[in-house]
Amino acid sequence: MTPPLNTTASQWRRTSGWLAVAGLLAFLLADLEITRSSPGHELQRMASGFLSPDFLATDALWRALANTLSFAWQGTALGALLGFLMAMLWHRRAVRSVAACLRAIHELFWGLLLLQITGLSTITGVLAIAIPYAGIFAKVFGEFLEEADPAPGRALPQHTSSLSLFFYARLPLVWRAFRAYGGYRLECALRASAILGFIGLPTIGFHLETAFREGTYDQGAALLYLFFALIFTLRWWLRPALVPLYLIAAIAWAPPLFHGQLDTLVRFVTEDLVPAPLRHGGGTSELLSWLISLWHQQLWPGLWQTVVLGMAALLVTALLSLVLFPLISPLFGNRASRHAGHGLLVVLRTTPEFFLAFFFLILLGPSMLPGIMALALHTGAIVAHLTGRFSETLVLRADAPSGVNRYAWEVLPRVSPNLLAFLLYRWEVIMRETAVLGILGIHTLGFYIDSSVAEFRFDRTALLILATVILNLGVDALSRGLRKRLRLKPGLGV
Amino acid sequence: MFSFDKASLGHPGQAVFESLSLSIGAGEIVALLGPSGAGKSTLLEALRQQQEHQVAWCPQAGSLVPMLSVFHNIYMGALARHSTLYNLRTLLLPSAAEKHAVGELAQALGLEDKLFTSVDRLSGGQAQRVALGRALYTRRPVLLADEPVSSLDEHQGLTLLRHTLAQHTTAVVALHDRSLALACCQRIIGLRHGEIALDAPSDSLSLGDLDALYQ
Repeated sequence: MTPPLNTTASQWRRTSGWLAVAGLLAFLLADLEITRSSPGHELQRMASGFLSPDFLATDALWRALANTLSFAWQGTALGALLGFLMAMLWHRRAVRSVAACLRAIHELFWGLLLLQITGLSTITGVLAIAIPYAGIFAKVFGEFLEEADPAPGRALPQHTSSLSLFFYARLPLVWRAFRAYGGYRLECALRASAILGFIGLPTIGFHLETAFREGTYDQGAALLYLFFALIFTLRWWLRPALVPLYLIAAIAWAPPLFHGQLDTLVRFVTEDLVPAPLRHGGGTSELLSWLISLWHQQLWPGLWQTVVLGMAALLVTALLSLVLFPLISPLFGNRASRHAGHGLLVVLRTTPEFFLAFFFLILLGPSMLPGIMALALHTGAIVAHLTGRFSETLVLRADAPSGVNRYAWEVLPRVSPNLLAFLLYRWEVIMRETAVLGILGIHTLGFYIDSSVAEFRFDRTALLILATVILNLGVDALSRGLRKRLRLKPGLGV
Repeated sequence: MFSFDKASLGHPGQAVFESLSLSIGAGEIVALLGPSGAGKSTLLEALRQQQEHQVAWCPQAGSLVPMLSVFHNIYMGALARHSTLYNLRTLLLPSAAEKHAVGELAQALGLEDKLFTSVDRLSGGQAQRVALGRALYTRRPVLLADEPVSSLDEHQGLTLLRHTLAQHTTAVVALHDRSLALACCQRIIGLRHGEIALDAPSDSLSLGDLDALYQ
């Protein structure tokens, strides 16, 4: 008789197995057609553009760079401030729910909504970043505070005001972590700010989109190189002492002034967002038939395509992470191979998935394939980076095997819990980004959101965005449940 | 089989042994004794490097893959003698023959009902027996072991150490239990402050002689 199977690894294997089955099903259902007739030729042209970037083609280039920086700085600062205030009230359920909803809506969707109220202005760019970031900052700061040691606070005399207690016994404990996280978020904000160009704001993305759509790849490459340079040099120019200076410069360059009229806002909320049948004096039955037709025409197809693309992307992300993490792990390869691995992962991590999807769309034509590739390459590089870094802490026995045996027997079982935790954390992000890729023409929720905005049917926009929120919250809950069941530890910086 | 001539062992700059001269022949069963920090683990590692392909290795804690089953941890001793493809297959779907072979070994170690339980769900003593199992399943003539039975009770420790030593032609085992060393080994090497303080056949030694090492 065989003894019962009772291993920690088999639990992880079962969960990953089910996720893989879901991913495979998604692949069977996904539209993976390559509609471009000669992707090779276009790739050649793109490559030659990247080899001879044209930095002088447009003077708008430097202006776009300054705008990108300015929006990112102001958005991060405002988001951090709002998030900080919410984090102080993190014990309240209402605050946590509001924060969850704010961050469930992607920056680009906030941007699309804000464009209707504040137009193509700095304030649109800043708020599109600040609002979701407030939700993210609130969660991260709130959790930092929750996990901080309560002992210094307890040691204070009774009747110490709660504000004094906060600033003396709570904040100092987590201040370093706040600062480090703020730096990481600024990098994310630079990416977000660049992408906002795709909906018309005057950042790098705007010129990048134009250049690549028109096939002037040398100009597009120059923009991308500048963007990389900005992010790669972050650690040298981002100094705590210089932060106020940067902020003042950001505000001076593009002051966030509100030029619109207040009644635009009022009309947008009280009229445009109201479902059409109600606005035109209809009753519940009209509303119901409106809802049903919206569900059949847009909500369901959008949700379905988003889930299919997202699950397929999660599967490829997992496979890529498994292949890529040994490239940077000190347990494999040599110095040269690890340097090359780091280089590859840094480029993939730094390029926003939205950009990657855009490039692949140009090469391959519209289908789910570019979306899956973009999400998997970007997220896979992040997960591989975190897993590779984690593997630095592993100490193997002196007679440990090498090569594939080392990978499969010694390393993979040990990194599995972290790899799985990173993937589950990233799942929600993948879903968020999947919805947004619709703006590029892939038929996920973002596609319907973008077209409803173009048709000025904002009532539909609101409902479709609500669908992305529900999807994100659902995936988040599922991922949290799985992590809890498998007792996977959270990783920082995910 | 093993020999050192005025060798310096340990990390450069902070050598554990300044000048070590020692030789151990094939067929010898040797116990390494000495207080912690005397250099037992360093010496074992140096011995391993001299005969890398002959050695069944049984290091101290942390040598097992905690999330894998007893079966897999024991099988890992055999990784080097099978093809990578067969190893991958065994990781996912072990053959009946392999299950049988490892199962028999586990039975001798008293682990038969835990064969497919992961090591992180075992007690310290059980995990230690798994580590011994891996060394046994390596099926190589020379055993190098670092405190292989320290978490087992006296009786079990003696039985298992005897069982293990019987399956190797040569062995060097670091121990802290002096009576166990006298009972199981032919030669005793006592280490102290990175020097050999004692090197004699065990039948010429008493427990009292060994106590001197720790004072």
